[in-house]
Amino acid sequence: MKGLLLAVAGLTAAFLSCASAADKLDPSCGGCHALVKPTDTSLDRLLTRKGPDLWYAGSKFNKEWLVSWLQDPKPIRPAGYPYFKNIKKGDKHDEIDSSKIPAHPKLKKADAESAAAALMALKAPPDLVPAGIFKGDMKGARMGGLAFIKFRGCVACHQGEKGEGGLSGPRLTDAGVRLQPDFIAAYTADPQRFDPHIWMPTSNLKDLDIQRLTAFLVQLSQGDK
Amino acid sequence: MKTQMVAAFAGLALLLASSTSHADQSIEQIYGVYCVQCHGLQRNGTGINVPALSVKPRDHTEAKGMGDTPDDELYKAIKEGGLAVNKSVLMPTWGRVLSEDQINGLVKYLRQVCKCGK
Repeated sequence: MKGLLLAVAGLTAAFLSCASAADKLDPSCGGCHALVKPTDTSLDRLLTRKGPDLWYAGSKFNKEWLVSWLQDPKPIRPAGYPYFKNIKKGDKHDEIDSSKIPAHPKLKKADAESAAAALMALKAPPDLVPAGIFKGDMKGARMGGLAFIKFRGCVACHQGEKGEGGLSGPRLTDAGVRLQPDFIAAYTADPQRFDPHIWMPTSNLKDLDIQRLTAFLVQLSQGDK
Repeated sequence: MKTQMVAAFAGLALLLASSTSHADQSIEQIYGVYCVQCHGLQRNGTGINVPALSVKPRDHTEAKGMGDTPDDELYKAIKEGGLAVNKSVLMPTWGRVLSEDQINGLVKYLRQVCKCGK
């Protein structure tokens, strides 16, 4: 019973801490992004979303990248978010309808720094992004690159090395600068644990694949070049 | 009495039609979220990701190829991915995202799209 009370107290404290961190952000952020874990995890919610969830932003992004990006927000997702609302029929294949993709607000340096600090306080539960899930072995990066392009098909939806790849998922050309390695590993292993209806499939990858893919993505840092 | 019976049947038919159309709409939405990225808004294998794909996605409007593919193979391809049916790894596994009912619904939907059956 005491354990249960402690668990409830812990969960409440974690929720309040996230809620309080979310309160430090400009209220307009919450208009497009979930800053607290949503209770509604239905497909309908996915269909009405305007931006990616940020309730685990502090376990996802690198702070330095956030500060820089918020001051000069270049699109991360070529087709916007969600991609399926911003596409149109083209001559040879579907195309991005840029007119439907709103620009992200640009912040001044001081505002970007305080927003980044507030976002970094929005942590995922430890079991969602376990510390050390990426074991840090970079020797597998080359095999990870082959898995990304060939054996696992990640390139179908994501742009990786040299900007080559599909457009429905976020660009990963600068993944190593933007994302924390443990997040890359945890999300790649099971995106539905973060977002039950997200359009990135769980590919039943072995841990070796996850480690290699993460190593490959961690060393990508070329941005838009 | 006869008029009442006709009205009741008409009401029932309307109810059934509306529930069928709701179910279809829901499966169409699922196609629009997960499948459209590669198979395209026109369902003919011309999705937004196509320029990056080394293998062209299946044209779901093509009656011959789709007609030659049995329901259980379509089901397996959606659930377990292309490799499970000796096709491309670029067709991912949707078994962790979609329920059995949704996958079965997609198989039925594909039969509507290709206007073919197996």
